[in-house]
Amino acid sequence: MYKFLEKIDYFCNYSNSWNILREAQTDDKYGFYPDKRPIEVLLRNAIINLDKPAGPTSHEVAYWVKKMFNLNKVGHGGTLEHV
Amino acid sequence: MENATKLMSLISKAGKEYVCIMQVHCDYKMDELKEIVNQFIGEIYQRPPVRSSVKRRTRKRRVYSIDILETEGRLVLMKIASEPGTYMRKICHDIGILLGCGAHMRELRRTRSGIFTEDSNLVTLHEISEALYMYKHCKDESDLRRILLPMEFAVCGIPKVVIDDDAVNAITYGATLNAPGVVAFQNFKKGENVAIMTLKGEIVAIGESNINSNELQNVKKGIVVKPKRVLMERDVYPKGWKKNEKD
Repeated sequence: MYKFLEKIDYFCNYSNSWNILREAQTDDKYGFYPDKRPIEVLLRNAIINLDKPAGPTSHEVAYWVKKMFNLNKVGHGGTLEHV
Repeated sequence: MENATKLMSLISKAGKEYVCIMQVHCDYKMDELKEIVNQFIGEIYQRPPVRSSVKRRTRKRRVYSIDILETEGRLVLMKIASEPGTYMRKICHDIGILLGCGAHMRELRRTRSGIFTEDSNLVTLHEISEALYMYKHCKDESDLRRILLPMEFAVCGIPKVVIDDDAVNAITYGATLNAPGVVAFQNFKKGENVAIMTLKGEIVAIGESNINSNELQNVKKGIVVKPKRVLMERDVYPKGWKKNEKD
């Protein structure tokens, strides 16, 4: 099993033991290892932990980030103060 | 961003932590304030403030902890951990009512949303813009890679199952995850949110478990996870099911 899976749990100190049912191989022809994705693919499958400045709303900042990266969709994880 | 936006509901439904400055409208005794603050820990009833985005109906929220970090005159710096949808402005206001003279929130900062904290990988708009510049004009993507967290990190706090390459594509087309496709799993209960991962560690989908994970050792067939949100694009992996038909 790829070690990146353990890295995910380490990220937030989540502990839940793995039970392996059987051995299996993955074919490197398909998909990407999350930490080795080409940058263009990573861009479309990533999260930014952004320190939002006071002033602009979360929606505005999400829109700016969308324009900066020239993406179709950028979301945000909730506003502090709904107006 | 893009595909990862589908994970936002998971993050917005996770626990939050805030640091806020409350201004009390009169002098108060520290003991009294501490006692009142402690009353707000646990289940509280809250009616959203006048200017709020949700319906103003009294609702129940759980506050996990409130720590008074610092006080300076009538200003109180507090750290509050709570369920999502808890209004900090209202907590400050209500503390003021119990104090007898009123209080309001001066400043607020969220320090944790689910697994994302201030301490890990927090970046400013400036850093993003500089990293993008380095990538576009200097062909250097290293800064950008430091900023972009693979979306898989969002499922850190929930149980995961790892599936066979052959099972991946069927799930992106909406099929349920059945027992034969499972290679490895973390412990989960029936009805819990479970993330379906590939052997490479990519997230395929998030779904609701149909059984208890301890049953997985014994069952050979049947639904394990019903996908609710598919994250991976279709046809990244080959069709596993066609091959089986020919066999």
